[in-house]
Amino acid sequence: MNKIIKTFCAALLATLPFAAMAQIDGEFVKPRSGKFLLQNATVVTITKGTLNNTSVLIENGKIAQVGSNIAAGDAEVVDCTGMFIYPGMIDGGTRLGMVEVSSVAETVDYAENGNVTPNMQALTTINPNSEAIGVTRVSGVTTALAVPTGGLFPGTAALINLNGYTPDQMYGGFKAIVMNFPSSGRRGRFDRRSDEDVKKDAEKAIKEANDIWEKAKNYWELKKSGAQLQYYPEMEQLSKAVSGELPLLIVVDAAADIQSAIKWVADKKIKVIFSGVAEGWRVADEIAKAGIPVITGPVQDLPTRESDRYDAAYANAGKMAKAGVKVALRTDEEENVRNLPFHAAYAAAYGLGKEEAWKAVTINTAEILGVQDQYGSVEAGKRANLIVSTGDPFETKTQIMHVFIDGYRIPLSNRHIRLYQEFLERSPGLKAN
Amino acid sequence: MKKLTLILSAFLGLGMNLTFAQAPKGNILIKNATVLTVTQGTQENADVLVQDGLIKQIGKNLNAPAGVETIDATGKFLMPGIIDAHSHVALDVVNEGTSPITSEVRMKDMVNPYEIGIYRALAGGVTVSHAMHGSANVIGGQNATLKHRWGSSNPADIIMQDAPRTIKFALGENPTRVHGRGNGIQPRTRMGVEAVIRNGFNEAIQYKKAWEAYNAGKAQKGNTLTPPAYNERLQTLVDILDGKIIVHCHSYRADEIYMMINVFRDFGIKKLVFQHTNEGFKVAPEIAEYTMGASVFADWWAYKMEVYYSTAFNAAILQKNGVITSINSDSAELIRHLYHEAAKTQRYGGLTDEEALAMITINPAKQLGLDSKIGSIEVGKQADLVIFDHHPLSVYAVPQMTFVDGVKYFDIQKDKDDQRQIVSATEMVEPVYLRNAEEDDHRCMQDLDAYYEAFQGAFMGHKH
Repeated sequence: MNKIIKTFCAALLATLPFAAMAQIDGEFVKPRSGKFLLQNATVVTITKGTLNNTSVLIENGKIAQVGSNIAAGDAEVVDCTGMFIYPGMIDGGTRLGMVEVSSVAETVDYAENGNVTPNMQALTTINPNSEAIGVTRVSGVTTALAVPTGGLFPGTAALINLNGYTPDQMYGGFKAIVMNFPSSGRRGRFDRRSDEDVKKDAEKAIKEANDIWEKAKNYWELKKSGAQLQYYPEMEQLSKAVSGELPLLIVVDAAADIQSAIKWVADKKIKVIFSGVAEGWRVADEIAKAGIPVITGPVQDLPTRESDRYDAAYANAGKMAKAGVKVALRTDEEENVRNLPFHAAYAAAYGLGKEEAWKAVTINTAEILGVQDQYGSVEAGKRANLIVSTGDPFETKTQIMHVFIDGYRIPLSNRHIRLYQEFLERSPGLKAN
Repeated sequence: MKKLTLILSAFLGLGMNLTFAQAPKGNILIKNATVLTVTQGTQENADVLVQDGLIKQIGKNLNAPAGVETIDATGKFLMPGIIDAHSHVALDVVNEGTSPITSEVRMKDMVNPYEIGIYRALAGGVTVSHAMHGSANVIGGQNATLKHRWGSSNPADIIMQDAPRTIKFALGENPTRVHGRGNGIQPRTRMGVEAVIRNGFNEAIQYKKAWEAYNAGKAQKGNTLTPPAYNERLQTLVDILDGKIIVHCHSYRADEIYMMINVFRDFGIKKLVFQHTNEGFKVAPEIAEYTMGASVFADWWAYKMEVYYSTAFNAAILQKNGVITSINSDSAELIRHLYHEAAKTQRYGGLTDEEALAMITINPAKQLGLDSKIGSIEVGKQADLVIFDHHPLSVYAVPQMTFVDGVKYFDIQKDKDDQRQIVSATEMVEPVYLRNAEEDDHRCMQDLDAYYEAFQGAFMGHKH
């Protein structure tokens, strides 16, 4: 029976000479856990160098062993000869799973009404069955930070692994309170406010941010002292940033705003991560001096000013890293988070270098989020988030052959691939049968 | 007298500019490159000689004629200038969203040669862009094909004067939203879109007949005929019926693509290219049989309902079904790395290097009716060329130099911090444009201000 299936699969392979999918769709339809031995690959560990002729044993959802002479035992062997193993990539800022079709308001769940809504939980709105998740993970992005947007404190971001049937199964062990730092720039080309209004709005917003922060501080002081507090879910959540229980993820882009944000957090003694940071290169030294880690991107983006060099956004990550800033990358995408490797490649080509670019989508992100004991490298004891590829996964034509998330072997299928299989040679073709 | 001469020369100069704009043409010898001709294979360590803006010779050990500059491209890759079949770069205005049919408007009246987007496109190796009307109307305006001759202050210099006429059509969500939902008129549905096109062409046929009757009758002695009122809108539709204009049709769903083919069959119109065409893969055999092909995104999907059932394998499926397929940008951002977008057809569908490169060179040239002039490195063609440090389909490739008609307009070694040609006198502080997560860079639905205000920006999202 098994032989018949194998023969059938081989025949299927032969009839699909153009098949770009690594696995045969339908080979297995759902992620499955188990003990796997990924045998005889070049392992790019990120933290411990590149290891030739090395195998990786996956057991109980974790990387059990990395070495050259691992006995297969009862493990399912995946022959990786000639292939490469990398840690799964982490996107440090997305709306993945929070929206299905961006122009259809009924499917957009990343932006709640109101200016101060830190209690809005990204994890609540993650749809584990979003088409975009299946489309994303076959690219080698296995983990993403889901970030709500909207007002000043729009909600609480959550790290998710791209496998699971409930948000809790997907939860990756990191949350942060999001702050959209008051902006003195224009929000896109349709922002028609006058210069004066833009400035006034920013000043007003800073004042508001200060007032709200004071309130949250008071709330926290009272709570610490054991006072009876009224039900106030916004302050309850925001006080977690005041106390340092959760980091504050500050989305900030314009140079002047980055400087204000550095000042704003200076005396607060809280955990801070900057996100976006489009003009970070202009004030890179100041960010480095403040010691604030940065999740920057998208890399494939326009310069913020007409007078900027055409490659300002491509080169931003490299310039910040050179100045001593700890840099991770994000796409700020929803349906095309799969392009993270290409954003990283552009950062690499325009100054960051390949090695640092790899860190910026793996271990740096993990360290910035404080989950480096579980993510970001191929090391025994970490979560088995691994990808197997025909070459450098940043390179456009490289094929991802296998994906493992939390030790689950992920079927390399999604609607994009199924449509390819159905329509490559449509039947009936041109004329009705 | 002096004053008069000045006035006279200014007057003449103006006339010259408008009618006889002479684009600069360069002479250059590029040596020892890996030459990706696209149509005639790859030549290692080859030289390309350009004279008077045209490719004169391709071969080995060519010598530079006297006075012709030589560029050593050892270890580098030379490919034809990239052609973007769908762009809005250098357009001051994109949509005349006031009627379902606005075939009388012309994008060439809206060309802004100062737009920094032209330089940025050059830095991405793009030498020609198809500057299109937006997608608000079923039958939109006439597009302009631009050559990115950065540095000229004269719009006529960057318009490719020898390019065939093209016009924008648009199906589906955008015209039904603007006119049907926005203004309460036809089309509200895809049925209405078909009706608008059929009614338009039938009216144009009547208009054409009225002129034919008049022209036939006026030769006769003693006739008292008066000419029909001239109508630019209908005359343009007549020109489409007569095969004088290539139609570039914004489309997404398979049903509307199929409808459009049927309508054009009925009217005997052959010059049809589909734009976006996200569901083109579903009707690839039909597109291959009847049209001049499809121009698509490499991987955009899910930004609106009509692109939800898309696949990144679209270009590969179209290509393998015989459709002339190009990859376009429709975006000031994407236009800067179309070579990377083309390479995505290798990840999603395993196309060959030549197939992938054709999607941003000779295939868009065919769709614009320009394949005899540009789109490949062949003797006699216009010398639009790009030098890359790596193979252009590598994700690490960085364009080094870009030439239009043999003239170098981008050189990474000479890229300045500020490349603007003009600085606004009214802006005290240069604006900082930050990315809005909910707004993209493309402009297919730009200039519908009243509409946006009426709907409180509810449709500020993706607009192409």
